[in-house]
Amino acid sequence: MSAVAADTSAAAISAEPLVRVDDVHTYYGKSHILHGVSLTVAPGEVVGLLGRNGVGKSTTLKTIMGLVQPSRGTVALGGRPITGLPPHKLARLGIGYVPEDRRIFRLLTVMENLRTGLDRTGINEDRRRALLDKVFTYFPVLAERRNQPGGTLSGGEQQMLAIARAMMLEPKIILLDEPTEGLMPRMVSQISKIVEVLHNEGVAILLVEQNVPLTLAASQRVYIMEKGSVRHHCAASEISVHDPIIKQYLGL
Amino acid sequence: MTTAAPMEKALPLAKPPLLSHTAAFWSVFTVVMALLIVAPLILPEFWGGFLTEILIWGLLAMSSDLLIGYTGMVSFGHSAFFGLGMYGAAAALLIVKPANLWLAIVFGLAAAAGAALFVAYFSTRLRDIYFAITTLIFSQIFYVIIFTWTAVTGGENGLIFSRPRLSIPFIYSAPFTPHTMHWFVLAVVTASYLILRRITQSPFGMVLQSIRENEFRTRAIGYPVQRYKIVSVMLSGLFAGLAGVLYALQKEFAAPDFVYFLTSGEAVIYNILGGVGTLVGPIVGAGFFQLARQFLSQYLGDQFPYLIPLGIFFIAMVIFLPQGLLGFARRWLNK
Amino acid sequence: MGVVGQIFGAIPIELIIIQTVNGIVTGMILALVASGLTLIFGIMDVVNFAHGELFMFGAYMGVLVFAATGNFWLALIAAALIIAVFGAVLQVVTLRPLIGRDPLNTILATFGISLVLQNYALWQFGPVARRIPEPLNLYFQMFYLQYPWYRILIAVLSAAIIGGFWLFLKYSKFGVWIRATTQDRVMAQAMGIPVPLVYTGVFALGAGMAAASGVLFAPLTGVSHTMGLDWVLKAFIVVVLGGMGNLGGSVVAAIFISLLESYASIVVDPSEAVIVSFVVLILTLLFRPTGLFATPK
Repeated sequence: MSAVAADTSAAAISAEPLVRVDDVHTYYGKSHILHGVSLTVAPGEVVGLLGRNGVGKSTTLKTIMGLVQPSRGTVALGGRPITGLPPHKLARLGIGYVPEDRRIFRLLTVMENLRTGLDRTGINEDRRRALLDKVFTYFPVLAERRNQPGGTLSGGEQQMLAIARAMMLEPKIILLDEPTEGLMPRMVSQISKIVEVLHNEGVAILLVEQNVPLTLAASQRVYIMEKGSVRHHCAASEISVHDPIIKQYLGL
Repeated sequence: MTTAAPMEKALPLAKPPLLSHTAAFWSVFTVVMALLIVAPLILPEFWGGFLTEILIWGLLAMSSDLLIGYTGMVSFGHSAFFGLGMYGAAAALLIVKPANLWLAIVFGLAAAAGAALFVAYFSTRLRDIYFAITTLIFSQIFYVIIFTWTAVTGGENGLIFSRPRLSIPFIYSAPFTPHTMHWFVLAVVTASYLILRRITQSPFGMVLQSIRENEFRTRAIGYPVQRYKIVSVMLSGLFAGLAGVLYALQKEFAAPDFVYFLTSGEAVIYNILGGVGTLVGPIVGAGFFQLARQFLSQYLGDQFPYLIPLGIFFIAMVIFLPQGLLGFARRWLNK
Repeated sequence: MGVVGQIFGAIPIELIIIQTVNGIVTGMILALVASGLTLIFGIMDVVNFAHGELFMFGAYMGVLVFAATGNFWLALIAAALIIAVFGAVLQVVTLRPLIGRDPLNTILATFGISLVLQNYALWQFGPVARRIPEPLNLYFQMFYLQYPWYRILIAVLSAAIIGGFWLFLKYSKFGVWIRATTQDRVMAQAMGIPVPLVYTGVFALGAGMAAASGVLFAPLTGVSHTMGLDWVLKAFIVVVLGGMGNLGGSVVAAIFISLLESYASIVVDPSEAVIVSFVVLILTLLFRPTGLFATPK
């Protein structure tokens, strides 16, 4: 590892990470999906999680979000153990989740979709207004369609909505699962920009992606998974698309 | 890193069990049978009749177990099959003279089978909840028909008739006594149990259980799931009808109350109490329920609503012990 | 045309109109009962067998409160509130432990609850029916009948309650929570919506609406411990016809079924008229199992 990268990694590890996943094993029924996954995300950091289909990247995100319970291992948020907490508590504690198939509420309007995250206790009218304005500035198409049912939006627009919806929670970290999947190239670059904007606001991001160049460009550090565990971990700067490691684990 | 599965250490040879499963099962079976045969001779008459009734309700619940425990379908339609078995037997005993026991059974089974086919055809197209609701509605349809078609069914008052002679051609013929009634019922219920046991352990039964576990996959493999379900409902209906026939013989009347869906509900309660998927569990459940009811009314008076504590107990069982009293023995009973 | 004309010719038009009004009145109450049932099913996959008993208990609570205060409207509101709370407690104690298990477990549990409640009512209140007098003793002339204004009032009130409920679902925060949870309970949780609480709330709402229907219906026929049974069966038919979880569908289906039975009562005995509903249900299950009036999603 280069000295710069080592510093970054060291800095990331020595300060208490925002999210720490420690030796997590998760099963779906009898299938052993995660075999001792460990990773960290520092406050405000963009971390990429790469790997082929089916290696357990989504399951890792779901475990952090409390949507599946690990049979072994722990997850901590800001030092505080959160394993076993139900998802709605984790959302309130500051974890935003943007799933692989977007999963916006199709029968709710765009505005109502946003409201699911906006209608929280302890948020006053001004902050609500500010959040909505911010999101409509970043995603003007959502402002246009604010009273349309979510199901009438295009794929790219639904992805915007899914991210905007998570932003309504003012999360400390957003778990982004394959945001560019199935999107046109124009939308892909939009996603890139959004990740950058969020990063500049200090929101940490755990980015699961198959799009290697985008991930390497956007992240500070990357983990590479295979068959349910982390096989490689380094700073994004020290690895390129053509690196043999990428070829080995992602078959590119 | 991949963890290679550790080489399985060769286990030391397990000591063979004292008795093979078959031997153990049949020993227990024989003991229980012996007790049930001897019971009416030792017990006072009231309890003898009580035991006989438990066996009949047990048969009804056992028929329901074929659906719930083995095919994974909750049905509230059994009251219809039970009731039609009852009325079918009544019809035979009232229309055909001299009253013939076997004719009554045939009529009852035919009526129940007819109803079962009808219900099965419509309701097996639907899954789970819709199936349960549809069978419930069918029970109610039969109830309304029987209740209002007074000319044929006696309406609200039902039908009264007398027992035929217990006649086994060339061997025996005499009027029923409480003892012979009990033994007759015991013989029928035992035969039913053995037949149902054979069915659930046959390839057909295996498919039913596969439907219970994962209907989607069973269909994907290529089994005509709906046909299996129809047969399952019909078999279940047959045995429920048989229970109805026995009840008619025991009590010498047929009444629409039994066709009301609550009777099916009680059968399902026996299933849960005793243990689904065990076949004998429901008989135990029926016994438990009836005994509890008997004791409650004995010590707390006839007016005491025994269904309140029993109902609460049932709810608690569903939440905490859904496998039922005999649930622990389920694997053993099905080997 | 000849035969049909003969049939309709034989029935006086006044009778048809009267039965139409009757059908709409009963239909609105049935709609109120079924709304709660379909909502509960739509959001948490629970077939609430005990719904009819909540209706019945609501009516009894109405009887008690009315006896104590002499005020019908107070009785209506109090009964709805009491039963709503009771429903919430019931859900937390018996249904919450069953979340995640095979949905057939909840059918059994709610069936058990309905047995307990029915028998409790019988024990506490006895087999003799109670009455709540009509709050409105005015009549108007409909053809040859003195038709009670009260019946029109219940229809209007039921519609108002359902309308209010619809508005609540559409615009309030909790309404958004309910709709989001109904569509995707996992993502609703991921958005911070406390889904277990939403379940309890919806069950309480459904119970409250059933109770309100019970009190509204009570002056028409009297309150007895078996009144829930008939209603729960009809309510189930309505829910299936309207599409499980479809509020609008169940309202339309309720009126449809009630009108059918009303008209059938012209020709056959009312206790047999119910077969019409059964037949419609069977036909629906055969040809349009998702519901006759379900709006395509």
